[in-house]
Amino acid sequence: MRVALFITCVNDALYPRTGRAVVALLERLGVRVEFPMDQSCCGQPQYNTGYRHETEPLVRRFARAFAGYDHVVTPSGSCAAMVRDNYPRIGARAAAEGRGGGLAGAVAAVAPRTLELTEFLVDVLGVTDVGASYPHTVTYHPTCHGLRALGLGDRPRRLLRAVRGLELVDLPGAEECCGFGGTFAVKNAAVSAAMGADKARHIIGTGAAAVCTVDNSCQTHIGGTLSRLGSTVRPVHLAEILASTEKEPW
Amino acid sequence: MPAFPVAAAEAVGDARLRGNLRHATHTIRDKRARAVAELPDWPELRAAGAAVKDRTLRHLDHYLERLERAVTAAGGHVHWAADAAEANRIVTALVLATGEREVVKVKSMVTQEIGLNAALAEAGIRADETDLAELIVQLGDDLPSHILVPAIHRNRGEIRDIFRDRMADRGRPAPEGLTDDPADLAEAARLHLRRKFLDAKVGVSGANFMVAETGTMVVVESEGNGRMCLTLPETLISVVGIEKVVPTWRDLEIFLQLLPRSSTAERMNPYTSMWTGTTDEDGPRAFHLVLLDNGRSDALADTVGRQALRCIRCSACLNVCPVYERAGGHAYGSAYPGPIGAILTPQLRGVTSELDASLPYASSLCGACYEVCPVAIDIPEVLVHLRERVVRGGEVTVRGTRTVIRPAGGHAAERAAMRAARWVFDHPGVLRAGQRLAARTRRLAPRRRLPGPGRAWTDTRDLPPVPAEPFRDWWRRSRGEGSGR
Repeated sequence: MRVALFITCVNDALYPRTGRAVVALLERLGVRVEFPMDQSCCGQPQYNTGYRHETEPLVRRFARAFAGYDHVVTPSGSCAAMVRDNYPRIGARAAAEGRGGGLAGAVAAVAPRTLELTEFLVDVLGVTDVGASYPHTVTYHPTCHGLRALGLGDRPRRLLRAVRGLELVDLPGAEECCGFGGTFAVKNAAVSAAMGADKARHIIGTGAAAVCTVDNSCQTHIGGTLSRLGSTVRPVHLAEILASTEKEPW
Repeated sequence: MPAFPVAAAEAVGDARLRGNLRHATHTIRDKRARAVAELPDWPELRAAGAAVKDRTLRHLDHYLERLERAVTAAGGHVHWAADAAEANRIVTALVLATGEREVVKVKSMVTQEIGLNAALAEAGIRADETDLAELIVQLGDDLPSHILVPAIHRNRGEIRDIFRDRMADRGRPAPEGLTDDPADLAEAARLHLRRKFLDAKVGVSGANFMVAETGTMVVVESEGNGRMCLTLPETLISVVGIEKVVPTWRDLEIFLQLLPRSSTAERMNPYTSMWTGTTDEDGPRAFHLVLLDNGRSDALADTVGRQALRCIRCSACLNVCPVYERAGGHAYGSAYPGPIGAILTPQLRGVTSELDASLPYASSLCGACYEVCPVAIDIPEVLVHLRERVVRGGEVTVRGTRTVIRPAGGHAAERAAMRAARWVFDHPGVLRAGQRLAARTRRLAPRRRLPGPGRAWTDTRDLPPVPAEPFRDWWRRSRGEGSGR
């Protein structure tokens, strides 16, 4: 089984710890991970802001960089959703507009095999107990693309419940958007901030030490809001919790 | 109207408005979820609803002509209106021809869309809204802010004040000592409206559905005021969007399950009124149907955007939308607020105004609207599609003619930034050099005050610290160049 890691631009630049956690976790589970150096951004910010044409070279690059792997694994629900849901649309529309150049075919070969980390763990490897230890109170925020676009369901919670020492506490209004939304956070700053503040208040109210998600872009917004409110709740990616063991706490 | 972000920012600062909206939307959304969960075949019903609407829209000309024949055969008169002005002219002329100067109205989105009440007022005709929430809005010289609950932005105390201060201007005054108890408020409205129902010679309505095979109109409501307006007057004028047609009675079965559960969270709505043309010695003597286009066939020409025409105006998307909940309905600047308004209005009106160009961005693309939509309109997909229209322009249909529109103003800097970002991301060497530079100078990076458009971010949020080493440098250092490809 050839497995490639798609790190995503946000993780690469701002959250390398998450990437290192994914590598440590997968190697502990016996998966040999490859990292194609040609990879770049999935193009989600451009596409979601209305720049579909500007996204096409990045779609092409992704399809080329990850061609030939059995699975492409990414620690980002929104980037996985971008590849799985929107790449086929971008390929089809490029073909309809006569700029296809085989893009639709290249996308069809790679998009269905691109999985968010918890999908790969639960569906492909068939594990929910990954032997992790994380003795803290944690609340889980199911990010919108993970929850609704990918339909991750209870996979993340099942993984969390199997972690030694971890106490999982419910987050009120968990399924409501945190208000990040890419360029939405800048274009509609007031509404975004109000959504973020409500989310942060709910998180603080749980008394948890950490808030866990499968998407560091949402964590940037949630963590930034918590920090500005003077909260000590730590934003942490699920991969970092799952990588943590008694011998080597993450 | 200002652009959405400006109006929304003002609404966000209004604590009472936010409180009213939050309470109301959360109550309805929870009830809807329970009502929907009762039906084991909801996903199938939803798919069937979408399929019937799609098929009808694909052959809309056929079904509208069939409808026209059936309505005419049943003694009704059909009028075609290309836009709001034409529809208003037709309705005004029909009312004037009766010699009446007062009409009673059944709550109708489409007459809000075309501004019918104002057009009638200009011709000296008074139109009285009879739906409780529409009455509150009308008495308050206000605009509706929700599809189902037009006065959702008002609480009981505000409604009591509006009734007490304004009812006398339009008929029977509010009872002495009116309290803010819901039963008292409803009774005040009932007394105020009763005389209007009994005196009215002309009624104006919309319709939730039109059945092509028999020419039957369908109105679904909760208060019974609609039934009064539809049956008591001598003349009934219904203004209906062309997308409301369904082929057969059997198709109705699907929508009469989807609509009430999605909108009011009821298994069945209290009143479903159906009428076909005119009937001797029962109901109105004259029936006029005004079929309204007003941008709908232009939307139909757009293969991605046309799914918005499936909408059955249930408002489920508003009640789950975190943006609507904070911004309120008025910020959307049209009869159709919330997620559906954000995709419908820019298609019906175009994206030339600053407000209409900002509507496709009035969403974090969280997808909650798509999840609850009873006819499976992929609202996030259409939002992104319309964003492309705003920033890129391109081919659209305007009043039936294919034409090329230019990008909306104000996106030049963003477009340059997006192109630059694409170039950097498509040149990983440049990207890596940039990341390294950021890592080396990371102690200089601001966490609390970004310049330019980024300032909106750091007004309320801290930025994460820049790490010492990007991931790909760590990989190369620990795994060597060769382990990648």
